[in-house]
Amino acid sequence: MTHTAYIYDAVRTPRSKGKKDGSLHEVKPVDLGAGLLRELQRRHELDTSYVDDVVMGCVTPIGEQGSDIAKMVVQNAEWDESVAGVQLDRFCASGLEAVNIAAQKIASGWEDLVVAGGVECMSRVPMGSNGGAMGSDPGFSMKTGFVPQGIGADTIATLEGWSREDVDRYAMTSQQRAAHARDSGWFDRSVVPVKDENGLTILERDDFIKPQTTMEGLAKLKASFEMHGSLGFDDIILGKYNTLERINHVHTPGNSSGIVDGASAVLIGSEKAGKDLGLTPRGRVVATAVLANDPIIMLTGPGPAAKKCLRKAGLTEADIDIWEINEAFASVVLRYMKDLDLDLENTNVNGGAIAMGHPLGATGGCLVSTVLDELERRGAKRAMISLCVGGGMGISTIIERV
Amino acid sequence: MSGFNYEKDADGIVTVTMDMAGPVNSMSPEFLPLLEDTVSKLEEEEGLTGVVFASAKSTFFAGGDLKTLSQVTPDQAETFFNGVEAIKAAFRRMEKLPVPFVAAINGAALGGGLELALACNHRIAWDDKSVQIGFPEVTLGLLPGGGGVVKGIYLMGLMGANEYLLEGKRVAPSKAKEAGLINETVASLDELLPRAKAWVLENKDNEAAAVQPWDTKGYKIPGGNANHPAIAPMLPAASAMLSQKTRGLLPAPAKILDVAVSAMRVDFDTAMRIESRGLTYLACTPQAKNMINTFFFQMNKINGGASRPDGIEPRLTKKVGVLGAGMMGQGIAYVSAMAGIEVILKDISQEAAEKGKAYSEALLKKRVEKGRMTQEKMDAVLGLIKPTAANEDLDGCDLIIEAVFENMKLKHQITQELEGYLSEDGVWGSNTSTLPITQLAEASKNAANFIGIHFFSPVDKMPLVEIIMGENTSDEALAKAFDYTKQIRKTPIVVNDSLGFFTSRTFGTFLDEGVRLLDEGVHPVKIDNLGKAIGMPVGPLAVYDEVSLELSRKANETWKEMGVEDKWSDGTVARKVIGTMIGEHGRGGRHHGGGFYEYGADGSKHIWPQLLDLFYKPDVELPDQDIKDRLLFRQVIEALKCLQTNVLRTVADGNIGSIMGIGAPVWTGGLIQFVNTYGLEKFQARCAELAATYGDRFDCPAIVAEKLAAGELFE
Repeated sequence: MTHTAYIYDAVRTPRSKGKKDGSLHEVKPVDLGAGLLRELQRRHELDTSYVDDVVMGCVTPIGEQGSDIAKMVVQNAEWDESVAGVQLDRFCASGLEAVNIAAQKIASGWEDLVVAGGVECMSRVPMGSNGGAMGSDPGFSMKTGFVPQGIGADTIATLEGWSREDVDRYAMTSQQRAAHARDSGWFDRSVVPVKDENGLTILERDDFIKPQTTMEGLAKLKASFEMHGSLGFDDIILGKYNTLERINHVHTPGNSSGIVDGASAVLIGSEKAGKDLGLTPRGRVVATAVLANDPIIMLTGPGPAAKKCLRKAGLTEADIDIWEINEAFASVVLRYMKDLDLDLENTNVNGGAIAMGHPLGATGGCLVSTVLDELERRGAKRAMISLCVGGGMGISTIIERV
Repeated sequence: MSGFNYEKDADGIVTVTMDMAGPVNSMSPEFLPLLEDTVSKLEEEEGLTGVVFASAKSTFFAGGDLKTLSQVTPDQAETFFNGVEAIKAAFRRMEKLPVPFVAAINGAALGGGLELALACNHRIAWDDKSVQIGFPEVTLGLLPGGGGVVKGIYLMGLMGANEYLLEGKRVAPSKAKEAGLINETVASLDELLPRAKAWVLENKDNEAAAVQPWDTKGYKIPGGNANHPAIAPMLPAASAMLSQKTRGLLPAPAKILDVAVSAMRVDFDTAMRIESRGLTYLACTPQAKNMINTFFFQMNKINGGASRPDGIEPRLTKKVGVLGAGMMGQGIAYVSAMAGIEVILKDISQEAAEKGKAYSEALLKKRVEKGRMTQEKMDAVLGLIKPTAANEDLDGCDLIIEAVFENMKLKHQITQELEGYLSEDGVWGSNTSTLPITQLAEASKNAANFIGIHFFSPVDKMPLVEIIMGENTSDEALAKAFDYTKQIRKTPIVVNDSLGFFTSRTFGTFLDEGVRLLDEGVHPVKIDNLGKAIGMPVGPLAVYDEVSLELSRKANETWKEMGVEDKWSDGTVARKVIGTMIGEHGRGGRHHGGGFYEYGADGSKHIWPQLLDLFYKPDVELPDQDIKDRLLFRQVIEALKCLQTNVLRTVADGNIGSIMGIGAPVWTGGLIQFVNTYGLEKFQARCAELAATYGDRFDCPAIVAEKLAAGELFE
C-alpha cells in the first residue's frame, strides 16, 4: 500500500425511530448530513477546499434522498464549491463501503482528504420504496430464488439450531450494553446533537434504545416473517437447504435491527493532509474486503469477508482486540461469532443495531465511530468491523489506532 | 370584565366571546392563559354540544403580538419557540374535543386571528367589506406560525395557498369561502351568532363535524402532496420563481415555501413543529424587524396622522385646480376625481386640457372593461373633471396644484397670475421635484398658504406624496395638504424645504454612484445587476435612462443658474459622463433615442455596445460587496444627512418615503431603519472603510455617533 489512510475523526447523529413519531422525522436528509459536515469543519477548523470528495452511502436514493444526496449535503453544508460528492449503494454496507472507498482513494495516492459515511432517513423515504429487480421482477426473482432477508435470518437460526430464546438473549445483551455505553457517556465524543435552524436541539442522544427490555417482553413479540414464509418463501429456502424440514421463525422486532433515521461521517486522509491541515490521526484503515456467497440466505457473508480481510492484512484473529458485526438480525451475529470462533466478551461490546437501530446507508460509518471510541477508551489497538449485505455479500474493514 | 367571556346556553352550546384588554383581541401575553383556561373548562364541561368563538370587538381577532415578535433575539429562540408551540398545543386540544367548534367571524380575521378560526371546525363570516381574511405575515417578514402555513396547505393545496401565504393576499368573506378558508357567510351581522349555533345543532349527531380535515382518515391535500405527479415537477420552478421575485433578499417567502412543501411530505403534527421553528427563525431575522418596524408601526403612525399638526379641524378639499395637463397633471386630476373631488384641469389650450382628461377616461375604461367599475360610476368620475383653458374656472378652488415645467420663472408667473382665484383660505401647492418651495413662494402674496405637494410618477400607481414645508408655510396649509393626500388615498410624508427635498436628493445619490462606478471602469451590466442585487427595482444606469440624462443635464443647468450646483455633493463625474454621452454621442436617455441602453421596437433593451469602449476597463476589479455597499450606503448616508439637518422631520417619514417613493429595498425597512439592524457601530466602521478607499462622500454622518453616544437607535 503506497499511502496510509488515516482516520482523522468520525462522527454520527443520534438515531431515532424511523417513523413519523420519531424525533428526527422532521429533519430533511440534506440537513441531517450537513450537520455532521459542519461539525467536522468546526472541530478541526477545516479548510473545506482541501477535501477532494464526500462519499455517502444511501440505500433508498429516491425522493429527498435522490439525485446524489452526498453532493447535495456538501452544498447544504456550504462547503467550498470545489468539493465533490458521490452517493453509493451497497445495501446495508453502503456506509462501510464509503469508508473503504475513501481509504482506497487515499491509499492510491490519488486523493488526500475524503469524507465517508452515509445518510438514511427511513421515516421520510421508506425502505424498499425505490424498488429494484430483487423482489419486484418476477422473471429475475424466480430465476434467482429471491427470499426476504428476515427469512434468511430465520434460516440461519434453523440451520444452526438456535432457538427463539437464544436470539432473544442476544438481543437483551445488545440493549443492556448500548444503554450502559450511552449512559456512561461512551458515545459522547462521536454523537453530534441534531439542531434546527435556530440552534435549538432536536435530538441530543440516541433515543431508540430500550433499556427496560426483558426476556419476558421479548418472548411476547410475534415472529415477523412467519406469514411471509407461508406465502411460499419458506419453500424456496427449503428447496436449496433440503435437509431442513421447516423454517423456525425466531426473529421479531425485538431481536432484529430497528428502523431509524441517522447519518454518519468519517474524515479519512493522507499523512500529507494531516500535516497540511494540522490534523492528528486517531486511527488508520488497515485493510478492507468485500465478497459474496449465498444470495438466498443473503446474510452469511460477514464471516468469510472478515477472514479475507485478515488475509489481506496479514493478520490473524488473535490480532483483533474487538469485533463489530452489524446486528441486522441476532442470528447474523451468532453466526459471525461461530464462523470466527469469537467470544461475546469482545464482540459488539457496546451493543448494536438491535438496540440503537440501523439507518441502512449510514450504519457502516456509525460503526467506525463506535469502534474507534471504544478502542481509545480501552487503550486497545485493533478492531474488525463487518456487515452482512443484501444479495449475499459481506464486507469487512480492519481499523487500528495510531 | 375583559378576557374570554364564557356562556353556556340551554342547548349545551358554549359561546366564548373574546373581549381582551385594549382595542383588539390579539396574541398578547394575556392570550395564552385565557385560551388554556377556556379549553380546560370546555374539556371539563358536562353536556357540551358545541362551542362558538365570537368577538366583542369590531374585529374578530387581530393576530400576533408584533411588539413581542419584533423584539425576539436569537438567545430567546427557545422560549419563543416554546411559546408558539404552547399556543398550538391549546389549539390542538380544541381540535381533539369531540364537539364541533365554530368561529363566528364578525370582523377582520388576519394572521393569528385566522389561525384561531382555523382551530375551529367551521368558520362563518359576516359577508362585509370590513371583514378582511388572510395571512399578512409575509409582508412583515414572518410566517403564519400558529398553524397557518400547514393548515393553508391542507385546505387549499400548494397552488391554492400560494398567494395567501406567499403574497399576504387578504380577501372578503365571499372570496375566502371560494378559496376554502371559511365555510359559510351570512348577509348581516345579526344572523351571525344564531347561524353559528344553528350549525352546531344541525351537526349534533355528526361525529365527523368535530373532526378537522387533517385528522380525517384518508383526507387528501387538494392538488396532491409533494410526491404527486402533478406537484413534484412544479417544485423546481416554484423555487426559481420565488427567488426571482425576492432576489434572495427576503427570508420569509423562502421559509414559507419550504415549510409548505415540508407539510406536504411529513405528517400534520410534525409539520406544525417545523412551522414553529420557521417562525422562530424568521422572528429573529433583521429583515423581519425592519419590516415590522416600518410597514406596521411607522406606517400606522404616518397614516394615523403623526405628521399632521394637532388641533386643526379636518380640512377636506372640495374643488381642486390642477395647472398643467401633462403627465403629472393628468394623473393628479385622475386620483382626485376618483376620490370624489371636483377637478379643474387647466392648460394653455382647451385641446391640451382635453387631452389630459382623456388620460382619466382611458384608465377608467380599463376598469370598466375588467369589471372593476360600473359605467355609471365612470361617468360620474369623469363628470368631476372639467378641462379648461380659462382662468376663471379656477374660481373658488380650495386647493390649486401647479404641475407645470420645472422652471422657477414660469412657476412664479403662474402663481402671481392665478392665486387670486383661490377660495378664502385656499392653499397653493406646487408639484415640483427639484425647486425649493421657499423660493417658489416668493412670488406668492401669502407664503403661509404655499406648500410643496410632490407626486411620483405614474401618479395613479405610486402610493406616496411628499409634502414640503417652505420656511413660511403654515400648519393650516400643511393640514390641508395632508388631508388632501389622505382623501386621494395616498400616504403623506412631510419634509422641510431643501434642494431636492428628501426623495429626489437621496435618489440622486444612487444614480450618481452608478455613474461613478461606470466612470471607474466597472462593467455596466455588473453595475445594474448589483444595483438590483441589493434590492433596488432597477439598476442605476437603467433608471438614469428612464428619468433621462437630458433631464439631469437641464436640472444641473438650472441649479447652476441658481448658484446651488454641487450643493450636496460633487457632480463633476456625472457632468463628465453626461457630457460624453449627450455631447459627443447624442444619447440623452430612453425617450431621446437611447442612453446607456439601446431600446428595440419590440420593447427589448440591451447595453449600448459603445458604452464598453468608452468606459469599461477589464483590469478594474472591485469586490462585488463594495459595489453593492456603495450603491446602498450613498443613499443611506444622504437620508441620514436629511435627518441630521432636519429636512426629515421624523425617522418614519424617511423610512416610508424611501420605500414608497424611491424604491428603497423592502428588506431594509427603509434607508434609516437599515442602520438599526446593520448595527450603528458596524455602519460607522464600514463607512470609514468605504471613505478610505472611495472618497469622503462615504464619511459617516455625525448623527450616527450622536445616537451611539446616547445609546439610542433611529426611532
